[in-house]
Order: sequence, then C-alpha cells, then structure tokens
Amino acid sequence: MTSFVFYIIAIILVAAAVGVMVMRDVFRAGLFLILSFFCVAGIYVLLNADLLAGIQVLVYVGAIGILLMFAIMLTQNIEVGNPAGSLNLPSLLVALAVLGFMMYVIVAQDWGMLSTTGQAISVKVDDSTITGIAQALFDKDIGFVLPFEIASVLLLAALIGAVVLVRSKE
Amino acid sequence: MVGIEHYLGLAAVLFAIGLYGALAKRNAVVVLMCIEIMLNAVNIALVAFSRFLVPEVVVLTGQVFAIFVMTVAAAEVAVGLAIIILIYRNRQTVNVDEVDSMKW
Repeated sequence: MTSFVFYIIAIILVAAAVGVMVMRDVFRAGLFLILSFFCVAGIYVLLNADLLAGIQVLVYVGAIGILLMFAIMLTQNIEVGNPAGSLNLPSLLVALAVLGFMMYVIVAQDWGMLSTTGQAISVKVDDSTITGIAQALFDKDIGFVLPFEIASVLLLAALIGAVVLVRSKE
Repeated sequence: MVGIEHYLGLAAVLFAIGLYGALAKRNAVVVLMCIEIMLNAVNIALVAFSRFLVPEVVVLTGQVFAIFVMTVAAAEVAVGLAIIILIYRNRQTVNVDEVDSMKW
C-alpha cells in the first residue's frame, strides 16, 4: 500500500516538475510548481515527517508560492513566455551527467542501516515527531539553539533587505 | 517495499530537472522556481535519511536540517524576488541573458 502511494505521488511530482520546464506560460509553470510542492508534502507524510509536511504546505505553498505568483504577475511578459536560452543543450547534458552520477552512487552504494541512534534524538516510526523535533532543536547539549537564533536574524535581515530594495526612492 | 534507494532516486531526478531549468531558462523568476525544486529535492533526501538511517526509528536530526533549509529558502526567495522586481523596474525585462552589464 505504501509503495503504491509512493509511486503515485512520485509520478505526479516528477510530471509537475517537468511541467514547470515545458510550459510556455510562466503563470502555468508557477501553478505546476505549487502542485509539486504539494506532492513533496505527501512524500514527507510517507516518510513519517508530519510536522515537516505541515510546514511544507504553510511555507512553500502558502508563502513562497504566493510570492512567486506575485512576482510573475508583476513582471509578466506574455509574448516572451518561458523559452530556454542559448545554453539549452549544454545544460541538458550537464543535468543528465549529474543525474547519471547520482544514480550510479545510489545504486552502487550499500545502504546498510545503523543499529543504534547514538546520541541523536529519535522517535518510533508512526509516532508524532513534533515533541521530538522540539527536543532536537532546543536540547541543552546536542540541540541547535545557536543555528535557530542565527536563522531568526537571517529572516529579519532578508525582510529588511527586501523592503529596502523595492522601496521607491522618493 | 519502498526503501531509501527509491526516495534518493526521486530526489536525484528532481534535482536534475531543477538543475537543467536553472541553467537553461531565460526568465529569472523561472530560474528561482527551479532553485526551489532543487532545494525540495535535497529536503526529500534529508528526510529519507532521517527515516531510514536506523530501522523502526526516525532520527530527527535530518528533519531539523530540513527545517533550516526551508528557512534559508524562504529568505532567499524574498530577497531574490525583490532583486528581480527591481531589475524589471529599471530595465523592463527579467531575461537573465539581457542583464549582462557586469559581464566582462
């Protein structure tokens, strides 16, 4: 059952990502991107990451998707559309080479599992991850308190930077 | 049974699609969208490792990393779109191959 759902979601996800590439209309490419964000949230649910699936829908679909739609409509150039540039063939070759290398590593590597989690904070499969993620973020000894604070400063800087950039001069 | 190879393969395919678009597309907004696809592929790989590293247990460090990747992606999109709108206001274009005044 899980593998059936995985293949359905994976096919829709890859098709949506390909749709972003082939759509001539930039707005429709953005809609396909939002569909692919939803499918990634489904993949997170399959991977027992319930909090991440919620964040994915809120942040990516809700915030980044709408922001991209705004940018598309503010900069729309209907007659130009969404063509590939002069580097079409070389970039296709580069992407295929990277894909081939990654696939070779994935297939050739023996993904043996560890037997113990060591120090890392973990929860059982099918349990909710929310309390565990809170512990993993804010634990006194092995948490990520400093990166968390730096992330908040980064978001503040990005917010101020975006406002300063697009503010009109007069 | 779907194992870690399937999720990593899906992530690799998504990453390659995003890489092609980021290199080939002319519209700067589409380039930004392709970078988002690549970041999503990396997140899928991180979460897959957090699920499959130890059997019957979810090691949460990978999910914490994915949360940080999402944070940085949100900041990047906000600043990137501000820059793109500024370029459009000044030059009436968002084509990356027409914005080449810093090209040597």
